[in-house]
Amino acid sequence: MEPTLAHYLAVSGLLFAIGLGGVLLRRNIIVIFMCLELMLSAANLSLVAFSRFHLVNGLPDYNGQVFVFFIITVAAAEVAVGLAIIVALYRARQTTHVEDLNSLKF
Amino acid sequence: MSLFLFWVFAAMMLAFGAGVVLLRNPVSSAMCLVMSFLGLASLFFTLDAYFIGIIQILVYAGAVMVLFLFIIMLLDLKAERARKFNIPAMAGGIAVLAGFVGILYKVLASNAEYLHAKPAFTVPFTSDVKAVGAALFTQFNLPFQIIGVLLLVATIGVVVLSKKELK
Repeated sequence: MEPTLAHYLAVSGLLFAIGLGGVLLRRNIIVIFMCLELMLSAANLSLVAFSRFHLVNGLPDYNGQVFVFFIITVAAAEVAVGLAIIVALYRARQTTHVEDLNSLKF
Repeated sequence: MSLFLFWVFAAMMLAFGAGVVLLRNPVSSAMCLVMSFLGLASLFFTLDAYFIGIIQILVYAGAVMVLFLFIIMLLDLKAERARKFNIPAMAGGIAVLAGFVGILYKVLASNAEYLHAKPAFTVPFTSDVKAVGAALFTQFNLPFQIIGVLLLVATIGVVVLSKKELK
């Protein structure tokens, strides 16, 4: 038996849910950032699955894979900038715990 | 066989993904994330997306995770102390998750079109890299060049952010 589109979408949704749960429940800003990466990857999995299951001229729809390529590139740039911000934040406050970073809270 | 491999890779990806969220030590979280990305890359291979799978391993499991580990060790993060649970936040988080998974289940169960196996290729499948490259350099040439500018801006931005004194 072969896995169907529903299998891939369900697994991708569960991975997204794990990432979302991490963002909501964890308090370490670096771990939250890793969970954001998990959510981006979950979206990539569903895009690749849609690309494989929607044939164009007998081959996968490569537009979806090009889209995933762009997402991975932007995510890499985002990680670089985000980690630089975290390092700057750590220099200023000596903490990576989100509950200690509340000066913007009213 | 193909379904068995799918479940092996999916279980690997989801179990290590759960490890990222559940483990207290940031270094263990990062290592779990690497394994989770390897499982995800294997799922890309099962979908005949070899180029994207390789890129996933090179960029995510390679470059991005090295950057994460480098920063974790630079900041010398210790395992998180157990703090008292913020009960409303936790309940809210779990409610949002349950709602999300419920909607996912309803959507997937609603449409029988999702339950077909992979359609077979009608044209011989040769090179995945060639096809993605052709799309990238013809139809998506402008976005591709804009991505180059984005990477340049990100590089300059990181250098500026990492300087000791911002003027």
